[in-house]
Amino acid sequence: MADVSLHMPHSDGLRRDGRLERLRLFGLSSPALLMVLVVLVIPVGWLFYVSFIGANGQFSLENYERMIERKSYYRIFVTTFQVSFLTTGLCILIGYPLAYFMSQLPNRWANIALITVLVPFWTSLLVRTYAWLVLLQKQGLVNQWAISLGVWDEPIKIVHNMTGTLIGMVHIMLPFLILPVYNAMKAIDHDYLKAASNLGASPRRAFWTVFFPLSAPGLLAGSLMVFVLCLGFFVTPAVLGGGKVIMVSMKIVSNIELFVNWGAASALGVVLLVLTVAILWVASRFTSLSNMTGGGH
Amino acid sequence: MTEVLSKALPITVRNVTKTYGAVHALDDVSLEVKSGEFLTLLGPSGSGKTTLLMVLAGFTRPDGGSLKFGEDEVIRKPPHLRDVGMVFQNYALFPHMTVAGNVGYPLRLRKTPKAEIDERVEQALETVQLGGYGPRRITQLSGGQKQRVAVARSIVFEPRILLMDEPLSALDKKLRDQMQIELRDLHEKLGMTTVYVTHDQREALTMSDRIAVVNHGRIMQLGTPQEIYDAPANRFVADFIGDSTFLPVIQENGEVTYAGTPLKHAGSPSRTDKLLLMIRPERLQLAPTDVSDTANLFEATVSNVVYQGDSYVMYAHLPDGTEVSLRGGIRGNAVAELAAPGDRVALALDAADTVLIADHDG
Repeated sequence: MADVSLHMPHSDGLRRDGRLERLRLFGLSSPALLMVLVVLVIPVGWLFYVSFIGANGQFSLENYERMIERKSYYRIFVTTFQVSFLTTGLCILIGYPLAYFMSQLPNRWANIALITVLVPFWTSLLVRTYAWLVLLQKQGLVNQWAISLGVWDEPIKIVHNMTGTLIGMVHIMLPFLILPVYNAMKAIDHDYLKAASNLGASPRRAFWTVFFPLSAPGLLAGSLMVFVLCLGFFVTPAVLGGGKVIMVSMKIVSNIELFVNWGAASALGVVLLVLTVAILWVASRFTSLSNMTGGGH
Repeated sequence: MTEVLSKALPITVRNVTKTYGAVHALDDVSLEVKSGEFLTLLGPSGSGKTTLLMVLAGFTRPDGGSLKFGEDEVIRKPPHLRDVGMVFQNYALFPHMTVAGNVGYPLRLRKTPKAEIDERVEQALETVQLGGYGPRRITQLSGGQKQRVAVARSIVFEPRILLMDEPLSALDKKLRDQMQIELRDLHEKLGMTTVYVTHDQREALTMSDRIAVVNHGRIMQLGTPQEIYDAPANRFVADFIGDSTFLPVIQENGEVTYAGTPLKHAGSPSRTDKLLLMIRPERLQLAPTDVSDTANLFEATVSNVVYQGDSYVMYAHLPDGTEVSLRGGIRGNAVAELAAPGDRVALALDAADTVLIADHDG
């Protein structure tokens, strides 16, 4: 075969055309590659580099050693994971049924519901966070109503603590869970449920044996998105946590603003980045990450 | 699985009506499907055939009427308690389960012991000639294989009634022809009462014991394939099944005439309906080779001859301008010797093939 192909007409020219085309395509994509280099590779590389520079300006592991030695760092990581887990869990409990409800609505109503999910999503994060501060404070609307309705007797502390942080975080993260779950649910053919029913499954059995497993990739993708975003979240815990909920991102800020210690801040950033990538890697073994970015199945 | 035969159930549909707004999807439909029968609901899209099937399966709640499986009234029974097998148009195989997972699903719901499930799943897969395919993923299957898995899943729990909603429409022609025979054989073997929905008249003629032609939510005609084809009840049925040309005829003094010439015909429609003469292309013959004196003759001018490999079709105009077509077999150089466009020919239609039908659409 190889011999024959050598004698085929135009084989040299065609091969040269193929090479040229590959070169041209590479040339076309070079602006994008340059962009990736400038906004991703260099900054992250710089972050890694700075994290290995000690207070004396020399190469050192002190930024990492500090994290292991000091208990406060350990607590911060625990808090970060705690908040992230709780937020994700609450988002699933609230978001999954909501997405299910939306997915069963006729299209017109589903679109309206979708807009009500998206409008807060498009509103400034800061505005929403401060709005919660106003609502949740001692003399805020929530306390006033709860007391007048007799739910509780006197103002209780629901902000500047873990509760307030979680309320704010869940509110802000909810769309990130609802959208992929809703998408996954919309893609489930109703005939699957009909088939399950026809084969003898009660509505409940049909839900758990067919609907839920088919929506699970969306749920996993959404949960992952929420969890990963929570890990690096700053504004909401800073405003609603009242200094009682210290997350990694807040420690990074204080390292820079208070102590001007770029090395320590970078090292925290690196650890957060590595943890996030590790979690994504583990999760990618269970689901296609394209689910997360809306790339479909 | 031979004991199923004795467990096949008749279906009795009485006065079932379903409206969507002003549209009658089902208009007072009554129908009896005999125990073990293969009955096809045939009709164009939007005729109500699928709605009727969905009522049988329990997915569509009719406005009123009665539905009995055997002696049991099931009209208000939810689908998961009806115990009927169903093959969906798009197969509806669960993509998150393997082939064995899909086929075993109805058995797991019925709390069948694990070992028995495995055995019956394999048996059902062998029935559809997919023995050993259990561990495969659904996405690894071809269209024809998916179709077979869907059938296996619908028969594995030995339902006494099997419903099929255009199960072959997604397959290519060759596979469809093959599956028609296979499904028919399967029905012979398992013997469950089968209601089959299709818009493909050839499929209906090939597979069915009886055909119910459905249009506008009503059953236009119920009969064996031969009855439906040879003696259509009205113009709609005649038009929908097979190719035909209709000629206006006049009935007076006990005689039926076309263009002034009395027609020799077999049966005579009793009523004084407006009548049409139905001409099937394969029943027309070129005269005069051996015209019997029981044939009607028509003068015509050939307009076109189309070669179709296994046969030819000749289009010709009658004096009043109506175009009729004639289908003939091909042997040797028959085509080369045929009349050319512009030639005048005589067409013969045997009295037995001279079918008069009522000129209404039901």
